[in-house]
Amino acid sequence: MTLAADPLAPAIPRGQNLAARLKTPALALILPVIFLAGWHLATAGRPYSLIPPPADVWTAMQDFAVGGINDDAFSATLLTHLVASLSRVFGGFALATLLALPLGMLIGRVPLAQRLFDPTLQFLRPVPVTAWLPLSMILFGLGPRSAYFLVFLGAFYPVLFNTIFGVRSVEPRLFEAAAMLGCGPRAQFSRVVLPAALPSIFTGLRLGLGFAWVVIVVGEMTGVQTGLGAVIMEARQLSRTDLVICGMLVIGIAGYLSDRALMLIGRRLLAWSPTHG
Amino acid sequence: MDKAALPILDIRDVSKTFSLQGQRIDALRGASLTIKRGEFICIIGASGCGKSTLLRIVAGFETATSGEILMWGKPVAGPMPSRGMVFQDYGLFPWLSVRGNIAFGPTSRKRPKAEIRDTVERYVELVGLQRFADAYPHQLSGGMKQRVAIARVLANEAEVVLMDEPFGALDAMTRERLQAELLELWQRTGLTVIFVTHSIEEAIVLADRIVVMSPGPGRIDSVHAVTLPRPRDVADHDFSDVRRMIGRQLHSHLAPKVA
Repeated sequence: MTLAADPLAPAIPRGQNLAARLKTPALALILPVIFLAGWHLATAGRPYSLIPPPADVWTAMQDFAVGGINDDAFSATLLTHLVASLSRVFGGFALATLLALPLGMLIGRVPLAQRLFDPTLQFLRPVPVTAWLPLSMILFGLGPRSAYFLVFLGAFYPVLFNTIFGVRSVEPRLFEAAAMLGCGPRAQFSRVVLPAALPSIFTGLRLGLGFAWVVIVVGEMTGVQTGLGAVIMEARQLSRTDLVICGMLVIGIAGYLSDRALMLIGRRLLAWSPTHG
Repeated sequence: MDKAALPILDIRDVSKTFSLQGQRIDALRGASLTIKRGEFICIIGASGCGKSTLLRIVAGFETATSGEILMWGKPVAGPMPSRGMVFQDYGLFPWLSVRGNIAFGPTSRKRPKAEIRDTVERYVELVGLQRFADAYPHQLSGGMKQRVAIARVLANEAEVVLMDEPFGALDAMTRERLQAELLELWQRTGLTVIFVTHSIEEAIVLADRIVVMSPGPGRIDSVHAVTLPRPRDVADHDFSDVRRMIGRQLHSHLAPKVA
């Protein structure tokens, strides 16, 4: 057998030194460090600064997380707010996925469904999710249900349109290959269309979850007692800028971690794909 | 009628026309050819001569406008595992490993699990991909991909293997190697092969009979039996004679058109 270089060998030799392996995280940290330093220099020791220095934010964060420093209404409430936001983000996201996946497959594969749904969806899509806020407050009242609805809307479109795109752009050759191997049109949906569409569906899920985090803040800004969006708004009204920044940081970290978690699942499912695995 | 007395494939006066921007195009006109079990047929011709169209009609991917194709005396209707296709662009399922791709056919036909496992191992070995059995297509070279494509068709008990310029995208060395492997496989298994190519040499190396097709409208120009003993040597004197003869045949209907 003439086999050229082993294509399964790792791209980087195992014995590569530590410096090369630490290069990526080191590069990623450069900008945050510069930013933190600039922030510190511009704010520390200036009592009239509009923005509190990083050290104050860190103190506020500790109090927000475990209490024992300020002992006010916000002390040790981080977990409560985080759980409230997480449940809305993942609840709305799950609902959106549950509806968008089958609908997307239907629209992508059945011409009648496409003609039925597509014009309406294309018309509704340009309406920004935030523009739905007043209407959703009228429909669902002031409260968490409105936030759920907005998260749902925000996650719905990316999942839907990427699913449609995925099931529609299966290489025609693969249907021919399946057919000549004895896989009939019915079985082709689960054995060809779904696996072929999976990378695109996954992109949609990632975008959808990202949007869910964007929208959650808007959804929690009015009429909700708990949630990170509510904390940010309330802290702003009380001129607690340190807490505003804390809320932003927690949202950033939670959003980042949930995206990573989704990525890890995707990596397992899409190990075969040169662009995902 | 006894199956042994029937040709495996009987292509009867097959024509294919389609319209492109309101114009009627004769992709194939009145093609007839009888193929016996175990024959190695090469189809050769310039682009637009309908050779791929003919192959796709035999595969069942396209239907003839008129005429019919009989396999063991029964009309062909749609793709079937008994007529396996090997595409130039491989057509492997990227989400399945080498094993998974080979198992696709037997799984579709709902064979018992233990049988599928045995079949897969046998054909992985047959095409020499043991070390890569769990690799995904994007990790394989072109030659290896085409081995998988051949293995998955054979593992599905194809009687006729249809090959559409299967080695066209490979480098010369790999192509020669795969030609030799294909011949060996063919001699060992008694398969029937219809192999479309645009290389005269490849056709002479492989074929029992070479079908020369000509364009505008696409039709079968002539059929030539190749009687040279195998393995055939490109540098051989007789080989050159056949090459010259086929070359002349190919160019005879091309020359006047190049105005």
